Amino acid sequence: MGATTPRTRRSGGKAGRYVLLSLGAVAFLFPFYYMVVGSLRRTTAGDLSAAVPTGLTGGNYTAVNSAISLGRSLLNSGIMTIGVLICTLVFGVLAGYALAQLRFPGKGAVFAVLLLVQMIPFQLLTLPLYVLVVRDYGLGDNYLGMILPFAINSTAVFLFRQFFSQMPRSLFEAARIDGASELRILWRVALPMARPAVLTALLLTFIGPWNEFLWPFLVTKDADMQPLAVSLASFLSNLQGTVANPAGALLAGACVLAVPAVVLFLLFQRHFTSTDIDSGVKG
Amino acid sequence: MSVHLQSAPGRSAARGSGTSRPKWEKTPPRRDGGRSRAGALFVSPYVLFVLVVFAVPLVYTVWMSFHRFYFTAPGTDTDSPWVGLSNYRDVFTDPVVGRAFLNIAIFLIINVPLTVGLSLVLASALNSKIRGRAFFRAAFYVPYVTASVALVAVWQFLFGSDGFVNHLLGSHAPDPSWLVNSHLAMPMIAVFVTWKQLGFFVMLYLAALQNVGKELYEAASVDGAGRMRQFFSVTVPGVRPATTLVVIYAIITGANLFSEPYLLTGGGGPDHSSTSPVLLMYQKGIEQGHPDSAAALGVVLVAFVVVVSLAARKLTERGD
Repeated sequence: MGATTPRTRRSGGKAGRYVLLSLGAVAFLFPFYYMVVGSLRRTTAGDLSAAVPTGLTGGNYTAVNSAISLGRSLLNSGIMTIGVLICTLVFGVLAGYALAQLRFPGKGAVFAVLLLVQMIPFQLLTLPLYVLVVRDYGLGDNYLGMILPFAINSTAVFLFRQFFSQMPRSLFEAARIDGASELRILWRVALPMARPAVLTALLLTFIGPWNEFLWPFLVTKDADMQPLAVSLASFLSNLQGTVANPAGALLAGACVLAVPAVVLFLLFQRHFTSTDIDSGVKG
Repeated sequence: MSVHLQSAPGRSAARGSGTSRPKWEKTPPRRDGGRSRAGALFVSPYVLFVLVVFAVPLVYTVWMSFHRFYFTAPGTDTDSPWVGLSNYRDVFTDPVVGRAFLNIAIFLIINVPLTVGLSLVLASALNSKIRGRAFFRAAFYVPYVTASVALVAVWQFLFGSDGFVNHLLGSHAPDPSWLVNSHLAMPMIAVFVTWKQLGFFVMLYLAALQNVGKELYEAASVDGAGRMRQFFSVTVPGVRPATTLVVIYAIITGANLFSEPYLLTGGGGPDHSSTSPVLLMYQKGIEQGHPDSAAALGVVLVAFVVVVSLAARKLTERGD
């Protein structure tokens, strides 16, 4: 940008900004458009025509449904995700509140562990975890086994802790003087004010188990127990021959897997601000 | 989702000092004891969780890596004799292991500069009052919240040999095609992961940009710095902590890669050209039934992550 006057420079910058952002948006959204259109076409080939919405049909959805029983897979995904959400909310709020507002021996150590755990690449532990959970505890093809490694989301605990730390201590002291138990204070005083943190934690936590592939893939051998990501992957690698329009059916399955997370994100994105993400990042 | 690295704010240390208990309070020790008991009680499920899901498996991996370990039918007792470094010898003499680590290196060389560059540019463009800001933010974030398995399905059609991109390119299309080409398989995974995760880093940089003082831009502008100059002299140093985080996060992602090489490039690409260490752990440990060498590989991988992260941190935090 050379020796232009400030005014043209600014408007030129603005136009450039829009071009840049629009190019970015196309690069991010085109695959989703392609996925939706491809899932609705009677014939889905890889060529350019697949991006044109003609000859639309819902047949691909019924096809993938008969190949991997979508309903059952969705139910499994739902049970796994809801189990994780409940555990994270209940135990995460308790731990977050204790770390923020209560004292107990070993508190500093627990906080240090909380930070450390978020840095351990989880996949590295999958093999020993697999041996423990499937072989030793006998939890293969079991919802408990699917939920266990994700049961409490450490990032959510951290988020709750940060949120409860910002609440003035005097608020809780008053309730304590009135003789309220800590559980009651948490339930009646702290939690009602923590709604934004709860929403953010729910959204952050939802994405993990809903999208997770490796762990449920290891733990579930029985097709009736597999969440959608796992059944879709097995469709991708070896069941495509069983339907008439395999590409369309696969994209239909991909849509079913993608839609809940995207819709949830779009619904809650107003509550889910960049500062929430950032709060976990800076010291 | 091991995303949120953080240094302790150190707020918890100041707890309770200076709050003298009112004299009229009848049972001070009991009440305080109750608070302490409640605290310990409230964190105990989390502590138990960390023990079961992180500490025990971590110790178990190390133990397994020094023993001969077999999968056996439940209920049968089999010896697991101590074998010293033999599993590690297996790992270090296996050429595929070397290839897998080389693949992470390729991944990082492509992923880190692309991620840092693109997300910083997009975040800077978003960091002003412009129309459609919410739309762009949402658009960039959508791949991040979507399952890899779903996105892999679309990418296979976009980049398949008879796919959308090759139809666009016509005779310029690579042969063999993107995902089955031993030179392109790993770069494709790096690009896929960059694309999928970019929205998260755009948000991260957007938050970091809020902390870069407006007066710095004004001062630079008064000194006659152009837009480019401002970007490199004010923005880039201003968001350095976020950049460190991006680099460390990329290293952890690289170390964790599994579904992309497994699904996108059909189980690790031609000649293991996109095999990742975790994929190899899966193949060695579960497909081939050698959980002990897989455990040794896991230990080596943890060491690799720690060393590379520390080195990257030193590099990004210094260099001004």
